[in-house]
Amino acid sequence: MKKFFGLIVAFAFGLMIILALRNMSGFPAYGDVNLAERISGSYFQSAIAELVGSANIVTSVVLGFRAFDTLGEVTVLFVSSLGVALILDFKHKKRMELAFKPNFMLKTASYILVSIILVVSFYMILHGHLSPGGGFPGGAMIASSVLLLYLADDQFRSKIQGFKILESAAGSLIVVIGLVGLVIGTAYFENFLNTGVIGNLLSAGIIPIIYVLIGLKVGSEIASVIDQFLTEEEKS
Amino acid sequence: MTFFDVFSLIISVLILVIAFLAINAKKLIHSVIYLSALSMLAVVAFILMKAPDVAITEAVIGSGLVTALFIFVLLSIKRRDAK
Amino acid sequence: MIQYAAIFLFALGFYGLFVNKNIIKLIVSLNVMEIGLFLFIISIGFVSDGIAPIVSSVDDLGLIYVDPIPQALVLTAIVIGVGTTALGLALSKNIFDTYHTLELDELEAIQ
Repeated sequence: MKKFFGLIVAFAFGLMIILALRNMSGFPAYGDVNLAERISGSYFQSAIAELVGSANIVTSVVLGFRAFDTLGEVTVLFVSSLGVALILDFKHKKRMELAFKPNFMLKTASYILVSIILVVSFYMILHGHLSPGGGFPGGAMIASSVLLLYLADDQFRSKIQGFKILESAAGSLIVVIGLVGLVIGTAYFENFLNTGVIGNLLSAGIIPIIYVLIGLKVGSEIASVIDQFLTEEEKS
Repeated sequence: MTFFDVFSLIISVLILVIAFLAINAKKLIHSVIYLSALSMLAVVAFILMKAPDVAITEAVIGSGLVTALFIFVLLSIKRRDAK
Repeated sequence: MIQYAAIFLFALGFYGLFVNKNIIKLIVSLNVMEIGLFLFIISIGFVSDGIAPIVSSVDDLGLIYVDPIPQALVLTAIVIGVGTTALGLALSKNIFDTYHTLELDELEAIQ
């Protein structure tokens, strides 16, 4: 009975939001958006698009016009990875014992798949300014390859110290590159390298460099979180 | 009603049904698998709304990493119960 | 149509936060709410007959594109959602190690 009443309340809540948005004059109907009224209309004009120089306009928004928000997101991911490392900390660690044991064929075949996944992830990170993707899904694919190694081999434990050093170095380099933009140019995270022709691989200034650093950072953070979920205390 | 409208209607109904099943499942493992299916349907909805960047990110993170984290916690709970 | 489904998905996730007593199902309901929110934000920027916001060359800048700003916001929010879920699951693993239960009723009775 309580569940049914809760469902009625949730349905009424959704209906209230829909009716309130429908009666608001500033909220356009689904699909009837005129981009010239919004600020995004100016991002597609050639003078401003060449200011950042990337063919993928979402990348130019994420790392060009709104780079400070991306810095905030990188910070939040760092804090959550730090929290997981502090909560799941044991003195003597060993790998968790599960009921199934993978056999030799699975272990060998998974190494081939890991190399294919790593190649795709590096392609996606490097072409973030030309095609959909970028640093965030590329880094998550690096973490997926580490996850595959953990699932296929039950004695595998990655080098956590190496991941932590890589993550800290990549994070500090992102902030340092932003500060270089402040010192040389006028604004934090300003694009101070040559932006080139839209559509080439070597275009868009500092954006590919920052995406490589973000990809490495996200990948090593999620990989270390996965490792900490699969370890337990060694009862000797 | 074009093909686009019919397809988005089917996807919307499926999303709501699977979300309701995910919240009201009896066992925990069923709930996690319905959440993974909901992520996949959301990827299709993102592609329908012409957002390829977001679709790739949600596909990699929703199907691989979040589901894996949930399943590792459930395995650890089952081991403690069995001991 | 997807916009209405997104708002009802948010409301369903909210209902899931009321009804469930198991901590893992609370985290699942939070994830359902997040997916509804992402769908709603992207549906704000959708233009009918628009194409994905990727420019092939400089003379392609006159076509009709979909709004890129909501997509940039959701790209960040998805990764933050993973971080939040990971932290919540680590905490619930620790709770199970200490109290051997994950239901909110039994946890309140122990305190």
